Amino acid sequence: MSQEIDETLLKSIVRDVLGEMKSADTPISFKGEEVATDGPSQESSVDWFKPMGVAKPGRSKNEVVIAVGPAFATVMTQTIIKQSHKDVLRQLIAGIEEEGLKARVMKVYRTSDVSFISAEADKLSGSGIAIAVQSKGTTIIHQKDQDPLNNLELFPQAPVLTLDTFRAIGKNAAQYAKGMSPSPVPTVNDQMARPRYQALAALMHIKETKQVVVGKPAEEIDVNFN
Amino acid sequence: MKRQKRFEKLEKRPVHLDGFVKEWDDEGLVAMHSKNDPDPSLKVENGVITELDGKKREDFDLIDQYIAEYGINIANAEKANAMSSQSIAKMLIDPNVSRSEVAKVTTALTPAKASDVINQLNFAEMIMAVQKMRPRRTPFTQAHITNTLDNPAEIAADGAEAALRGFPELETTTAVARYAPLNAISLMVGAQAGRPGVITQCSVEEAVELGLGMRGFTAYAETISVYGTDKVFTDGDDTPWSKGFLASCYASRGLKMRFSSGSGSEVLMGYTEGKSMLYLESRCIYITKASGVQGLQNGSVSCIGVPSAVPSGLREVLGENLMCMMMDLECASSNDQTFSHSDIRRTERMLGQFIAGTDYISSGYAGEENSDNTFAGSNMDVLDYDDYESMERDLAVDGGILPITEDQAIKIRQKAAKAVQAVFDGLGLPEITDEEVEAATYGSTSDDMPKRDMTQDIKAAQDLMDRGVTVSDIIKALDDHGIDDTAQAVFKLAQQKICGDYLQTSAIFDKDWNCVSAINDNNDYMGPGTGYRVWENKDQWQKIKDIPWALDPQKVDF
Repeated sequence: MSQEIDETLLKSIVRDVLGEMKSADTPISFKGEEVATDGPSQESSVDWFKPMGVAKPGRSKNEVVIAVGPAFATVMTQTIIKQSHKDVLRQLIAGIEEEGLKARVMKVYRTSDVSFISAEADKLSGSGIAIAVQSKGTTIIHQKDQDPLNNLELFPQAPVLTLDTFRAIGKNAAQYAKGMSPSPVPTVNDQMARPRYQALAALMHIKETKQVVVGKPAEEIDVNFN
Repeated sequence: MKRQKRFEKLEKRPVHLDGFVKEWDDEGLVAMHSKNDPDPSLKVENGVITELDGKKREDFDLIDQYIAEYGINIANAEKANAMSSQSIAKMLIDPNVSRSEVAKVTTALTPAKASDVINQLNFAEMIMAVQKMRPRRTPFTQAHITNTLDNPAEIAADGAEAALRGFPELETTTAVARYAPLNAISLMVGAQAGRPGVITQCSVEEAVELGLGMRGFTAYAETISVYGTDKVFTDGDDTPWSKGFLASCYASRGLKMRFSSGSGSEVLMGYTEGKSMLYLESRCIYITKASGVQGLQNGSVSCIGVPSAVPSGLREVLGENLMCMMMDLECASSNDQTFSHSDIRRTERMLGQFIAGTDYISSGYAGEENSDNTFAGSNMDVLDYDDYESMERDLAVDGGILPITEDQAIKIRQKAAKAVQAVFDGLGLPEITDEEVEAATYGSTSDDMPKRDMTQDIKAAQDLMDRGVTVSDIIKALDDHGIDDTAQAVFKLAQQKICGDYLQTSAIFDKDWNCVSAINDNNDYMGPGTGYRVWENKDQWQKIKDIPWALDPQKVDF
């Protein structure tokens, strides 16, 4: 028993040290290789979505991390079908809280790829479960021992994701965190989403990708819906 | 403004629901040529490429380095690149120049030079060139087999029907990722019940997919994606070398594989370096050649909404298929994913590949109704079968899909559903009920299926992987239930991986397990009277002619 406690303590110290080391690293830029086009946009300050410094690894098994893409809320404000980012987060959090768990929000800067956003976030999640959402709305539920491009549930078609779906995603993620095996959120398939939205999806993703900062750690976000 | 009535009507046509955008060179939203594309150039010193498309060796990025090292036939390179692009383009459509003569030149070009050659051709010339340059003489096509509930009986039944209709390759994926082993098994069993020799794949996360192949649940793979800029590769934790390594893993287990790439992917991932879609795709094709992989699925594939939104986009898509064939690679030429609400544009999309014939005209014709296609919909689906078959008959073109009767469909669907029912029983998986077999036999979509307990299925899928179940257990399950012919077919398929003949370029199996590839069915087109002509393939032409809904003029009652 005592050995177990020591091990946990040791792991948490190692994690903290590593966490601090990460933030002390200077970001490296490979920008020189790319053709210069118009650069990233200035992030606006949003009253309901406040950056709180580098996101730390969570220790509570009762939390699910929600990680958003680098343009979320501060550069773009709505998904591809014009749902406000605020409503999306509100529903995801409500879904998690319905299961009696806590949601912790962070913004990932290293990548705009939804799988890799989730793969960074689930390592910071106390439960090992993370939901990642791109600005255009594409969403994934990921667990920390999975390969980056694997998933528990993937919602690749942003145009079919309603606010009810986001609530159900939050609820399922919380159930995974509790060690349960929920039925996957029913996948809605709209084969006409691509013809209608793919070019727009490309433009939104280009805009989000411009906000990527190589080497920048995830930022803890305080969300306030009041 | 007072509305003009005709314009109001035009706006309501389905084509107005499609996405169209203007060109934007700096973000790579340009099909054939961007102002940022490099001019072709090449320098070889002591057998080493020291300059490639305007870059010196010390400035090469990962992709340049990989291509310069492995992707270009250096012995012919200086001579071939010194030729004018126009003269190479002329060779492509000249019936007096054989495919192999053209390939000697085209496999020695640089990526920018190959793009420039494609830029010389109009759409009709591309069709001419594809007809000659596809590696396999006999054209075929491929189907997707999926449903939104991952129902195993329906996958097996749809797989069997597609197999009977003539698809030699079938591809599934999942609605829920953790269903992967169940979908792979259901499709393999359904396909072998439908027509022995059909090979199947399950497109999922790369490590999982390889694992399924190693257990014998699949026979080939094609969704090993490569990209045209370093940044897209490294964003996915990959390099050209890691993909090459993955390719060798498949080869080592006797599993057929091809890479996958397509115009628009770099735009969708946000890293184009401002280059045209064609130039970036040419780099993907060269990476494939450099890896020693036998073939490629290309033609924009799932990114089709991007090139089809810009001018000359669908010409570019046929152009990239052609370039793949110019590198002597098997080409599964896309025509898979939805890109248009307009039936006219849907037909336009496949016209080039359909008329010319490719190794696989579609790399994913929806073998289910599109609402059940978990690749997010295909350009054509099962409800287009009769239109497609009429087109084959009208134009005397072998598009790889054959008419069958309702009675044949019912029999084969039931046979496959019963086979997978037996396999689930033998492997200790959650039961497939008789009610499900019946629904899969007579149904058309997953709405017609009884609902399964998905949580139990997912748990059973994990348990099956943990127990180390392999293809041997599937053969045993079929044999224990007395389903001898399907057991024998699955066994034969497993044997083929030991002999490995079907790793040759453009290989498929016929119903007697003869391997048909670019080696023994080499495309010998050299103008009229040569190459593949469907009416010379008498059995096939008879089936295409005999659509069940044609009247027999000698037996009409008036």
